[in-house]
Amino acid sequence: MVADLIESVVKILFIFSVNIGFFSPILGWVERKQSALMQDRVGANRADVFGFTLIGLFHPIADAIKVLTKEDFVPEGADRLFHTLAPFISLTPAIIAFAVIPFGGQYVLFGHHVNLIIADLDVGILFIFAFASLASFGAVLGGWASNNNWSFLGGLRASAQMLSYEVVMGLNIIGVIMVYGTLRLSEIGAMQVNFFHWGIFLQPVGFILFFTCAIAENKRAPFDVAEAESELVAGYFTEYSGMKFVMFWMGEFLEIVTIAGLITTLFFGAWHLPFVSDRMLVDFFGFAGPDGANILAILVNIATFFAKVLFFIWLQMTIRWTLPRFRYDQVMRLGWKMFLPIALINIFITGLVLLVK
Amino acid sequence: MSDTAKDLHSEYMVINMGPSHPVTHGTVKFLLTLEGETIIDMKVDIGYLHRGFEKMCENGTWEQVMPYTDRLNYVSPLINNVGYALAVEKLIGIETPQRCQYIRVIASELARISDHYTNIAASGLELGAFTAFLYFVEARELVWDLIEMLCGARVTANYVRIGGLKNDLPDGFKAKTRDVFKRCRELWADVDHLLTKNRIFIDRVRNVGIMPPKDAIAWGFTGPCLRACGIPYDVRKFHPYLVYDQMDFEVPVGEKGDNFDRYAVRMEEINQSMRIVEQALDKLPSGPINVDMPEYRWQSKEDISNRIESLIFHFKTVTEGIKPPAGEVYSAVEGANGELGFYLVSDGSGKPYKCRVRPPCFPLTAAMPKMVKGGFIADIVPTFDMINMIGGECDR
Repeated sequence: MVADLIESVVKILFIFSVNIGFFSPILGWVERKQSALMQDRVGANRADVFGFTLIGLFHPIADAIKVLTKEDFVPEGADRLFHTLAPFISLTPAIIAFAVIPFGGQYVLFGHHVNLIIADLDVGILFIFAFASLASFGAVLGGWASNNNWSFLGGLRASAQMLSYEVVMGLNIIGVIMVYGTLRLSEIGAMQVNFFHWGIFLQPVGFILFFTCAIAENKRAPFDVAEAESELVAGYFTEYSGMKFVMFWMGEFLEIVTIAGLITTLFFGAWHLPFVSDRMLVDFFGFAGPDGANILAILVNIATFFAKVLFFIWLQMTIRWTLPRFRYDQVMRLGWKMFLPIALINIFITGLVLLVK
Repeated sequence: MSDTAKDLHSEYMVINMGPSHPVTHGTVKFLLTLEGETIIDMKVDIGYLHRGFEKMCENGTWEQVMPYTDRLNYVSPLINNVGYALAVEKLIGIETPQRCQYIRVIASELARISDHYTNIAASGLELGAFTAFLYFVEARELVWDLIEMLCGARVTANYVRIGGLKNDLPDGFKAKTRDVFKRCRELWADVDHLLTKNRIFIDRVRNVGIMPPKDAIAWGFTGPCLRACGIPYDVRKFHPYLVYDQMDFEVPVGEKGDNFDRYAVRMEEINQSMRIVEQALDKLPSGPINVDMPEYRWQSKEDISNRIESLIFHFKTVTEGIKPPAGEVYSAVEGANGELGFYLVSDGSGKPYKCRVRPPCFPLTAAMPKMVKGGFIADIVPTFDMINMIGGECDR
């Protein structure tokens, strides 16, 4: 009982510190630095402590101090309650969604069974979808409560876009679920121990569609019509400042991480190295004794998982800094007239293949 | 759906886009009437950058107008310099030396290149292609390095003088130009890869902001926007000035007159302008850069010390300004955005009686409602970028 409690607390603290403590501040820096590299610029390098800039890594700290000391501005005529609530609604689901994503397999440690996932729900994937759709309320409420026409238009765009792409995303997932026969993400991960059973090989079309829809769901370029700065100033968060503004940004960055984690779990072998099973890892580290071998295997698996996550974060950033923005109606047309039929055909073909097998 | 709309009370959304809006750079206001995202009506409100350029000109000498012209189209000030100088010279009847004319051509084309870079870069930025923006800004910086080498300033050039130039080409200019153009061509190819065949970019600009050729002429379009409609009107070809008739260059034209054609025309004009600069540098004759008319153009220090005529006119032109004969003149050059015309009236005194500018982007801005009505808010972005409205020139 106590061991279970300790395990849960450790796992929650780990994911929480990785996400809130590491990814959300560091991604702001990564975004600046990567875009700078891509664009022949120097990037963030001004914040310094006694002259040391540490390749700009002090910027997240400087930013944090800045946003915490900024005036929390609520525009005249705005709905104070919902205006304040909106950033919370957008940030919370992004944090929670990671609870059902496995970052490692199952191990025996000091006679205790360890499962490297915070909440091993049997409807894990549905849980993520449920919370992802909650996030759209944040955008809609933020746009509506700000009493600003630009925010309002941004909120409208965000709601329409997120709802449409959720449909397609859900249909893409059905292909994956059909192949693996489970909604539990830890099981889907465990089944990909065989390199040729990785989701990317079983559902290649599903992967491309899912990745695209996930970026659209997260409202990042080229799908950032909801906050298109050249059209709608800043879309639904035009009237936000200080910490509330940053909460929208943190939500966006954490969703990048969640998307990367989900893609890794569903399509890229979760925590597995190619051609290496958990059993082989533990045997390989046999020299360290049973517990030591398990600890080393855990570390390798977690590192593998987060390396893959980092790769997909990098990929999303690269896409964001390469492509121009769609127009609103084009985003909708793409979602409903291109992706939806393709997703349906994908399900049909998957079903056919499963039936023949 | 339509029945519901009839029963429900609904009204259009009226919204101010600008003057402080990310897309309305150059400071302009659009008063939009929207149905959802569709533009029902649009009113353009200009004048936020009005500084009274034309009135200021009447209170200075003819030569003091030159720095003001830098602030017209501040993205390509050298062309404004050349345009104004040519107009005054036409009024007086000065034929400048060959070398001066070649250098003016080089300066104009460098300014045109930097203007087109800025325009395409900004359009990319506003359509979300931030990387393309910075690639062309780098290219523009390099061209500005050349302009800095030429006249000491990067933006407000103030390089051309009535009857000549401030100074001759610096040493090593040709070699530096070769280096700069080499890098610029690489960057051009990069941006070409990033945008020209990019499906998202094409979707955003194709068939948006269409202006039929007939309407374009009726609205007074000139420059790249007119050429995008398929009409090869270019002042440099139709009314050659300076030594453009001795240059070998093409005038690119579009087919549809939409934003993509405007983009493509500008991209190609960058190449053509580079060709012109290279030819002019190759053919550059030696000789004086200033006309030998002491009453209109300051002479060299040596002449002022040694020739009584030069000394007297130096004194007179500094205190009273040059005095073109009474009369009026209209002279146009091909600005980066189109026909940039100067209409000058002289009453024979040391100050212009009237200095009127025909800004190329004024008719383009006026046609904005025609081009975007019925489209989406998002269509304003590429259309407004591609007409390249420059506040300093439009509002004066």
